[in-house]
Amino acid sequence: MSVLKIEDLQVSVETEQGTKQILRGVDLTIGEGETHAIMGPNGSGKSTLAYAIAGHPKYHVEGGSVTLDGEEMLDKSVDERARAGLFLAMQYPVEIPGVSVSNFLRTAKTAIDGQAPAIRGWIKDLDASMSALRMDKSFRERNVNEGFSGGEKKRNEILQLELLKPKFAVLDETDSGLDVDALKIVSEGVNRAKANTGLGILLITHYNRILRYVQPDFVHVFVAGRVAEQGGPELAVRLENEGYDRFLAGSNVG
Amino acid sequence: MASETTAPLIERPEHPEPAQHGLQAHSDGGSAFVPVQTRSERFTSTSPEDFAAVTGLEFEWKFAPLATIKHLTEGPLDGSPAAFSYTESGGTTVGWIDRTDALIGAAGAPEERASANAWSAAENALHIQVSGEEAGELTVRRDRFDATARAAHVVIEALPNSAGTVILEHSGPANLAENVEIVVGDNARLTVVTVQEWDDDAIHLSSHFARVGRDASLRHVVVSLGGKAVRVNPSVHLVEQGASIESFGLYFADAGQYIEQRPYIDHVAANTRSRVNYKGALQGAGAHTVWVGDVLIGPHADGTDSYEQNRNLVLSEGTRADSIPNLEIETGNIVGAGHASSTGRFDDEQLFYLQSRGITEEEARRLVVRGFLAEIIQQIGSPALEERLAAAVEAELLQSQGLAGEVV
Ligand SMILES: Nc1ncnc2c1ncn2[C@@H]1O[C@H](COP(=O)(O)OP(=O)(O)OP(=O)(O)O)[C@@H](O)[C@H]1O
Ligand SMILES: [Mg+2]
Repeated sequence: MSVLKIEDLQVSVETEQGTKQILRGVDLTIGEGETHAIMGPNGSGKSTLAYAIAGHPKYHVEGGSVTLDGEEMLDKSVDERARAGLFLAMQYPVEIPGVSVSNFLRTAKTAIDGQAPAIRGWIKDLDASMSALRMDKSFRERNVNEGFSGGEKKRNEILQLELLKPKFAVLDETDSGLDVDALKIVSEGVNRAKANTGLGILLITHYNRILRYVQPDFVHVFVAGRVAEQGGPELAVRLENEGYDRFLAGSNVG
Repeated sequence: MASETTAPLIERPEHPEPAQHGLQAHSDGGSAFVPVQTRSERFTSTSPEDFAAVTGLEFEWKFAPLATIKHLTEGPLDGSPAAFSYTESGGTTVGWIDRTDALIGAAGAPEERASANAWSAAENALHIQVSGEEAGELTVRRDRFDATARAAHVVIEALPNSAGTVILEHSGPANLAENVEIVVGDNARLTVVTVQEWDDDAIHLSSHFARVGRDASLRHVVVSLGGKAVRVNPSVHLVEQGASIESFGLYFADAGQYIEQRPYIDHVAANTRSRVNYKGALQGAGAHTVWVGDVLIGPHADGTDSYEQNRNLVLSEGTRADSIPNLEIETGNIVGAGHASSTGRFDDEQLFYLQSRGITEEEARRLVVRGFLAEIIQQIGSPALEERLAAAVEAELLQSQGLAGEVV
C-alpha cells in the first residue's frame, strides 16, 4: 500500500513586503486509492500546498516533510518527484510554444518509465485516452496548451494523468471553468485512472459539483494555511450550504 | 508574454519604433532615427564614397556593434580571390568570373557603405551556375579566410528551367564584407542556403541580392550560428509575373554574439508571392539579434500574396531581440499581405511544467528550443544538412548552458 504523508508542512513565499508565511503546519495522510477533497476560501493556501508538494521553486519550505512510502520528497528536484510517482494537475497549465502534445507526452512517458514506450502500444493508449476525453486527434500536433480553451487545458492535464500513471495526484481546481459535459468527461478520466492504477487523489475544489462524480473518502477544510476540520463527504455538503464563516471567525486570514 | 500583430500595416510608419524585448537597458537616441523613405527609393551605389561615413545613427547601422565592424564600411579591403572547396554535382559549375562580367550587378546594387565597399574592392567573383533540369545539390565550403579584412563577390545563377540547391557553408575565421547575387532565370527553381558557423571572433557582413524571373521560384535560407558579428541582408526582387520567394532564417545568438538579418521582399510584378519566416533563439549575456523585415508591394504588383514573420525565443536574461516588420503597399488589388512578430521568454513556469512531468531541466530546454527551430530546419530540403544543423543547434544550446553554469 502506497502512502503519501504530509507532516507539519510550513511554506513561505517571498513578496515585495518580505517573506510571507502561507502554510502553517499542514498534516495530511493519503493512502493508495483514496480520494481526499480539500475545500477552502480563496487565498487560504490550497495551490501553495499543491505547488509545494510538486516542488515549485517559488515556494520555500520552512519545515515539515512530505514522504512517499517513507521517502522524503522535499529533498528532490521537481522532475525527481514526478518520477517517484507524484503528479500535479495545475490550476493554470502553461503554454509551451514549439513543443507538440505528442512529442511532449512521449518525452514525459519516457522520462517517467526510464525507457521509451513501445510504439504501437503507446499510440493505442494515446488514442484511447484522447477519445475517452473527447479530444480530437488534431490536438496531438498542436503545441502544448497553446491556444487551448480553459476546458481543453484541463482535459490535457487529465490526459497526462492517465498516460503517466502516477501513484498520487494533486488536482488543483481541475473542475473550475468546466461546463457540465466537460466536468463529466474529466471526472470519468479521473475515475478511470483511479480504477486502473489505484491512484491516490488530493482534489482541490471550491464546488460540490465534482464530488458527485469523483466520490471523496475524506473532506478537509483548509483555512489560513492549515487543515481546520475534516470529515466525510457530508462535510462538503455542509460547507456548500453554510460557507466558511464559522471557520473564519476565529482566524486571521492574511 | 508573446506579443503579436497580424493586421497588415497599410502605410509604412515614418519612424517605425522597434519592437523591443529583452531585459538589458536600452539606450539609443530615438530622435536620431533616420526617416525611412519608400524602400524602392533608397539610394544605391557601387562606390563607397557616395555614402556618408557611418556614424551609427543611420537606420541601417543603428543596432550593429560599430566598433567591431566599422572598418569594413570604410577601410581598405583585400579583394583577391579567396580559396574555397566544393563538392562536385551534376548540372552545376563553379569558377571565377571577371568583375566586368555582365552578370555583375544583374540582381541588385548596394544600399549601404559596407556593401559598396566590398563591391568596389572585390577583384573578381565566384560564379556558381546551375543548369541541370534535375535538381542537384552543390555545397561550396568557404572556410579558408583569415583575420585580414576582405571583400568578396559571389554570383549564383540558375539558368531558365533549371533546378538545384546551392549550399554556402562558412566556417573558420572571417573579417569579411561581401555581396552575393542570385539570378533566377525564368521558370527555374533554386534553393540557396547560407550557413554561418564562423569562429567566435569572426565578422561577416553579407548583402544578398536576388532577381527572380517569370514563374521562377527561389527558396532562400539563412542559418547563422557562429561568429562575433554576423549580418546577412537578403534583398529579393520579384521582377516578373509568377515569381515567388520563400525566405527562411534561423539564428542562435549566445553570449556576446550579434546576429542581424534584414530580408527585403520587393514585389515588382503582378501575381508574385512571398513568404518570410525567421526564427531565432537567444541565450547568454549580451546576445543580441536584429530582424528587420521589409515587404514592398509596388504599384504594378496586383495579385500579390505576401506574409512575413519573425519569432524569437529568449532563453536567459541579459539578451536583446529587436524585431521590426515593415509592410508598404502601393496597390489596393492584392490577394493578401500580413506580418507577425513575437518575442517570447522561455520562462521558469514552462520549465516547472515540463519538469513536473518527469522531464529533466536539460531535456526540457532542449525540447523547447528544438521544437521552436525545427520549423525552419525542415525547410532546408537537404536531409543531411538538416540533420547536421539540428545537431549544431543542440550543441549551441548545451555549450551556452555549460558557460552559464560556470558563471553561477
Ligand atoms: N508569489 C507570491 N507573492 C505574494 N503572495 C503570494 C504569492 N504566492 C501566493 N501568495 C499568497 O499566498 C496566499 C495563498 O495563495 P494560494 O494561491 O495558495 O491560495 P488558494 O487557496 O489556492 O486560493 P484560490 O482558491 O484563489 O485558488 C494568497 O494570499 C496569495 O496572495
Ligand atoms: Mg488556488
